[in-house]
Amino acid sequence: MSGERRVGPLREKSGAVLRQRNARLGLAILAFFALVAILAPVIAPFAPNADLLSLEPGVKSLAPPCIHLLGCPADQWQHLMGTDSNFRDVLSRVIWGARISLVVGFVTVGFAIVVGATLGAIAGFVGGRTDGLIMRAMDILLVFPSLILAIAIVTVLGSGLANALLAIGIVAIPVYARIMRASVLTVREADYVTASRALGESQLGILVRRVLPNALTPIVVAGTLGIGGAVLDVAALSFIGLGAEPRTPEWGLMIGLERNRVFAAPHLLIFPGLAISLTVLAFNLFGDGLRDALDPRLER
Amino acid sequence: MASYILRRLLISIPVLFAIVLVVFVVARVLPGDPCTATLGERATEEQCRQFAIRFGLDQPIPVQFAAYLGQVASGDLGTSIKFQLPVTDLIIERLPTTIELSFYALLFAILVGVPLGIVSAWRRNSSVDVGTMLFANIGFSTPVFVLGLLLAWIFAIVLKGTPFALPPSGRLSSGVDVIPLAEVWGLTALDGLPRAFLDFLSGIYTLTALITFQWEALVDASRHLILPAIALGTIPLAIIARITRSSLLDVLALDYVRTARAKGLGERSVILRHAFRNAILPVVTIIGLQVGILLSGAVLTETIFNLAGVGKTVYDAITGRDYVVIQGFTLVIAIGFLIVNLLVDISYAYLDPRVKVGG
Repeated sequence: MSGERRVGPLREKSGAVLRQRNARLGLAILAFFALVAILAPVIAPFAPNADLLSLEPGVKSLAPPCIHLLGCPADQWQHLMGTDSNFRDVLSRVIWGARISLVVGFVTVGFAIVVGATLGAIAGFVGGRTDGLIMRAMDILLVFPSLILAIAIVTVLGSGLANALLAIGIVAIPVYARIMRASVLTVREADYVTASRALGESQLGILVRRVLPNALTPIVVAGTLGIGGAVLDVAALSFIGLGAEPRTPEWGLMIGLERNRVFAAPHLLIFPGLAISLTVLAFNLFGDGLRDALDPRLER
Repeated sequence: MASYILRRLLISIPVLFAIVLVVFVVARVLPGDPCTATLGERATEEQCRQFAIRFGLDQPIPVQFAAYLGQVASGDLGTSIKFQLPVTDLIIERLPTTIELSFYALLFAILVGVPLGIVSAWRRNSSVDVGTMLFANIGFSTPVFVLGLLLAWIFAIVLKGTPFALPPSGRLSSGVDVIPLAEVWGLTALDGLPRAFLDFLSGIYTLTALITFQWEALVDASRHLILPAIALGTIPLAIIARITRSSLLDVLALDYVRTARAKGLGERSVILRHAFRNAILPVVTIIGLQVGILLSGAVLTETIFNLAGVGKTVYDAITGRDYVVIQGFTLVIAIGFLIVNLLVDISYAYLDPRVKVGG
């Protein structure tokens, strides 16, 4: 089956991806965060919303990190990343937050790819008015700054993490629609597609077996690079209070809720901030490596 | 060239119309009632009925839209439900803040990003290159709000009392004012469009202070701009550095560059005079694309640094259901986008003689 043969080179290229220093570094960081996310119940010292006041008498809110090995007095409770204003352990919340941020990236971009690729495929395949209508709609989506559009969508849908994901997903649709449409247009007139058509293959069959495999590489690359952006945007929405619900251990929200206290207790900014940056950095490094390995134009 | 610009502007009209329509409809499907959002939860039904009549909200949506289009065509963007001020006044008051902030953010991004990209390409795979690209990657991966708060903490708290301390919020210190152009030039009698234009320019504090020699205000306004501009400009900086590097590397692999080297030209001359001129096109494109990123970032930067600009206004308007302000400001943003795209396309013709704009 030609469909499988098309996927073949992609597998072959996985070796090439791993030869990229950036991709290896990105993958390593992602593996670390994935492990942290999976093992959260085991490695987090506390539940994300545990009130330390009832667990550790005398614990202070907004306490800076206290690590006994690094000379923090033994009569103080040890909290590697300090405590927040609600007497919660920041380390535990950062660990539990890994679950949210990793899922967030895949869900939003996955949604955008499915919807965008479908729209792009329809536009490219049907052509004419339908094409014009879909692509102009995409153009209009692109005119609005992504965060402002996402704010508007969340306002329509109501705030909450699920709606924030949907909003960021919608905002990303045009990118994938364009890639898919371009791929369809390139392949549509190719001889092997004409041959398939002459052999009586259905439109859907042609789309799935002939066109999709060709569009896969650019979409996978754009998607990987898009995940980082999606994680940033969801964190931003949570930061301004339109994303995750108040008690959720979401990194952007953790900073947003403590915004007025971060000058007095900078650990509340630094640790969740570092977690966001590292996650996004890892996705971007991996995406770069993927692009360098898969884009034939870059082979120099 | 003139006919090209005219044609582009004509093509923009249906796009603008579609945007106005979409924004108008979306603004009205926002859940929540502008009446209770403005007058408070305790507004009576009668108060809300009066309120709806006053702002035309009791009319069917198509009627409202037709009325709105007529207004816009005559330059009236309506009256803000929340501020009780004409939206054009709000734009004149707040757009300059965002333009000034975005300008310095972009300037920072270009002045630092382009040289970094050039050095990186020149010393490809050296430790300078690896370090620069790692820096670019980190900049690209750090949320605007994290960077903004971090900068504010470092420069306003940690470095407090040192010469490096910088203000973390607002546009001017208390007691410092920028005297508007109309006053400096004795044109307070002026009104209508010229006055609006003068007031708009006066809102760009550093420009006004510079051309009217208000040195103290200039220094103060600049000091207030440094941190937000860096926070907002870092992601564009990273993107510009990466594109400059990869674009230059593409060009450096071309035959004519080898010829230039073979002629015995120095590396500096090869890169800056021969290669860079041809590598700049993708960089210009990407600079044009930063406008959207800047406006998204402006929402966060303006919130953190307490600046009443476009980003913060649109955010407040959306959450406060101030339809009129949402419509007016998105229209301005959309027009801004179209203008920037046009400028980018026109600049191609100047930067690359191979691109024919008229054709």
